[in-house]
Amino acid sequence: MLTYTLRRLLTAIPTLLLISLVIFLLVDLAPGSPLSEIPLTVPPEVREKMMKALGADQPVMVRYVLWLKQFFWVEPQYLIDGWFGTDFAQGAQRIISWQSKVPAFQIIGERLPQTLTVVGTAYLVGILIALPIGIYSAYRQYSWFDQAGTFFAMAGFSVPTFFTGNVLIMIFAVKLGWFPTIYDTQLRVTDWASFYKMIMQMALPVTVLALFNAAEISRYTRSSVLENLNQDYVRTARAKGMGERTVLLKHVLRNSLIPVVTVIALGMPTVFGGAIVTENIFKINGIGAALIGAIHVSDLPLIQTITFIFAVLIVLFNLIADILYGILDPRIRYD
Amino acid sequence: MKLKSALLGAAAAFALAPMAHAERGSDGEVKILYYQAVSTLNAYLSSGTKDVEAGSLVLEPLAGFDQDGNLYPRLVESIPTVENGGVAKDLTSITWKLKPGLLWSDGTPLTSADVKFSWEYCTADGGGCAQAAKYEGVKSIDTPDDLTVVVNFEAPKPYPYQPFTGGTAPILQKAQFEKCLGAAASTCTEQNSKPIGTGPFMVTDFKVNDVVTLAANPNYRDPAKPAFATVTLKGGGDALAAASAVMETGEFDYAWNTQINAEQQAQMAAGGKGKFVNAFGTLVERIEINMTDPSSALAEGERSTIKHPHPIFSDPKVRAALSMAIDRQALVDVGYGSAARPTCNLVPAPAFQASDNTGCLKQDIEGAKKLLDEAGWTDSDGDGIRDKDGKKLSILYQTSVSAVRQDFQALVKGWWNEIGVEVELKSIDPGVYFGGDAASPDTFQKFYADVEMYANNFDGTDAEPYMAQYLCNKIPGPDNQWQGENINRFCDPAYDALVKELSTTNGIEARGALVKKLNDMLTKDSNVVIPLADRGRFSAQSNALGGFVMNAWDAELWNAQDWYRVK
Repeated sequence: MLTYTLRRLLTAIPTLLLISLVIFLLVDLAPGSPLSEIPLTVPPEVREKMMKALGADQPVMVRYVLWLKQFFWVEPQYLIDGWFGTDFAQGAQRIISWQSKVPAFQIIGERLPQTLTVVGTAYLVGILIALPIGIYSAYRQYSWFDQAGTFFAMAGFSVPTFFTGNVLIMIFAVKLGWFPTIYDTQLRVTDWASFYKMIMQMALPVTVLALFNAAEISRYTRSSVLENLNQDYVRTARAKGMGERTVLLKHVLRNSLIPVVTVIALGMPTVFGGAIVTENIFKINGIGAALIGAIHVSDLPLIQTITFIFAVLIVLFNLIADILYGILDPRIRYD
Repeated sequence: MKLKSALLGAAAAFALAPMAHAERGSDGEVKILYYQAVSTLNAYLSSGTKDVEAGSLVLEPLAGFDQDGNLYPRLVESIPTVENGGVAKDLTSITWKLKPGLLWSDGTPLTSADVKFSWEYCTADGGGCAQAAKYEGVKSIDTPDDLTVVVNFEAPKPYPYQPFTGGTAPILQKAQFEKCLGAAASTCTEQNSKPIGTGPFMVTDFKVNDVVTLAANPNYRDPAKPAFATVTLKGGGDALAAASAVMETGEFDYAWNTQINAEQQAQMAAGGKGKFVNAFGTLVERIEINMTDPSSALAEGERSTIKHPHPIFSDPKVRAALSMAIDRQALVDVGYGSAARPTCNLVPAPAFQASDNTGCLKQDIEGAKKLLDEAGWTDSDGDGIRDKDGKKLSILYQTSVSAVRQDFQALVKGWWNEIGVEVELKSIDPGVYFGGDAASPDTFQKFYADVEMYANNFDGTDAEPYMAQYLCNKIPGPDNQWQGENINRFCDPAYDALVKELSTTNGIEARGALVKKLNDMLTKDSNVVIPLADRGRFSAQSNALGGFVMNAWDAELWNAQDWYRVK
């Protein structure tokens, strides 16, 4: 298992390097300019100087190598400095956003809390809704509950979040005035009043995202439970006179959850990646909103850094999912 | 309407005479929404208008522009002129006198060294200062004493008020920014996001592209101001959601740039929690006509260059016909509602330099058809499209992707079809269209189309640099990496001579007269530029916010020190 993990980690390195190069070239070759938001009143000579100051006039390979150095060498030094108060970095050039002239990692650090709170909660709520629905739908296949669950999953999966989000805002925030339409990232939960405010501002985005997540996971759970219900060991358990409760929750569920857990693990990167559309609709200003904002203004260093971190997370959680599978199912070993 | 005018009256009165009972910080929090979130508070490193606006709460220029476009002193005693001796007789220098006793928000005194430093900061090599044009032609700055700043120009400057005026040229604190000159500018994260200023507020927290919180500046020069103790400047979302947050849900006191169409404006106004405010500056949506041939049959590097005059538009009658066929009022009604008004001028304001040209406001389809007939373009084969010498009157009309612009394109295409002109439409992603990438065929500078539409304006009230964009030597082409500002490749020696005259003419009236003449040469005389709409600033103000005065000439937050809570 350990050698397998090590081997996977080592093979991930060239994969990630290749991914970083592809992302860099993609972003760089995409049309658009970091100066497209600058008013036309700024004359061309000044624009040229601004491009130079950004370093955007350098050849693409020079910029890529510089970014690699900053990402893998300079930024970790700043990280260590930040933790232990040392001074390894000695003021070396960090990855700086072209748009805001702020280090990319500072932006990510500012954005991560709200993304983790909202998208993470939504993921958790989604799982908590999905599991019971999935299990019961499978147990009572083709019952009215199963039909309703199927409908709910279909609707949740096929109605886009930009639609459900806007409908919810229209009804509950604008017409009824129950919830705020704009997420306050400054809010700190210190007492019951601020906790209540937090719940209120999270309610709508969490509902939208949880619905979407629940739809997917409940389908996986249902099919997995269904598959197990027809297995021989279930018949044996029943024949031995075990109660339906024990059969379902102890024997079937444990075996059915193995694939579901991996699906959940594979979905984890999206929690860090944020939800681009939902974050924008509810003005949450998380990682997703930062990424789309950076894309709009061709802020190459920020786009590159965020998308590369996504890539790392995806590779990482794939590995975690594989290892989890091995731990949960003793029949599967990678050695 | 009555309430609106009463409120406006109250607001105006408040701006003129400070209220006696107001006390600093007595009105709690004011919440401002900029749907394009703020990236930096340092206008010199800004990547858009929003940053300049937000920075204006903290950083101030020596003089600002009021709602009528007049200069008024902020950090100085008075506006220097030739008459009061502040501007040298030969127009080569201007002397500003700082108000005595001014303090930065950290309690240290503001001196002439800070002013001089701001110029050095923006002109330092490798700094990439976005506002460098404000300091063009400045030779040196002398500081004979702590309160006197003498700006010396390389040549006589009839308009010496560019440096240090308006939100785009604020004064930075030397002590804070000293280590941020040139290439170091972008590494000064702390300074750029929390600049120390002389303005009514100071930054307490800054989250990039998200939210800025500010508190009243304890050292602000007027002890009774600002009335608000804190400001929350939030970003994110879009114009419609921003308007809704002020007008429908009342979550915010003021939302910037809520440009939505007339139908949505009416829907928002019905929310009853606020009102839209507008002010008209110099931003004109226009159709520019390509005077050179953009034909794809030409070799790359020859397309849209002065080597090949445009085969259709070289005839002024065709250009005039295109302008006459447009119903500008209908365009404004569909696209902007009260956020714009039809115009025939490239320079629509301020009054002293706006031409009285209104001839284009009435649509004249028959007249346009007649002009085309006279120019020899007739529909000889009866297919509804005019032709001449076997060539069809067919044009490509491009602009950036935007809901309003695509509406405009469709309407204009309809009218042009009516007079027998075939029109092909093209819309380009704004990041590409305005991106200026010399390798892209789709930038507005390259102009690989017959006509194109966009909006442009000028900073402040002096139109000279704006008019100078249409000089013969500013034509974009392969030799200057397509970086010229003379987009339609207009070239007229008489125009060049007049711009030269403007650069040596002193006196507001005389300059205004010249600008009018230049404006007319480009618009009604030649129809090289077809102005469509004068787009105002358009924002949403809550009924609970008082003292707000809309300003099209400076930052919209120019008088935040006078804002107060309506109780």
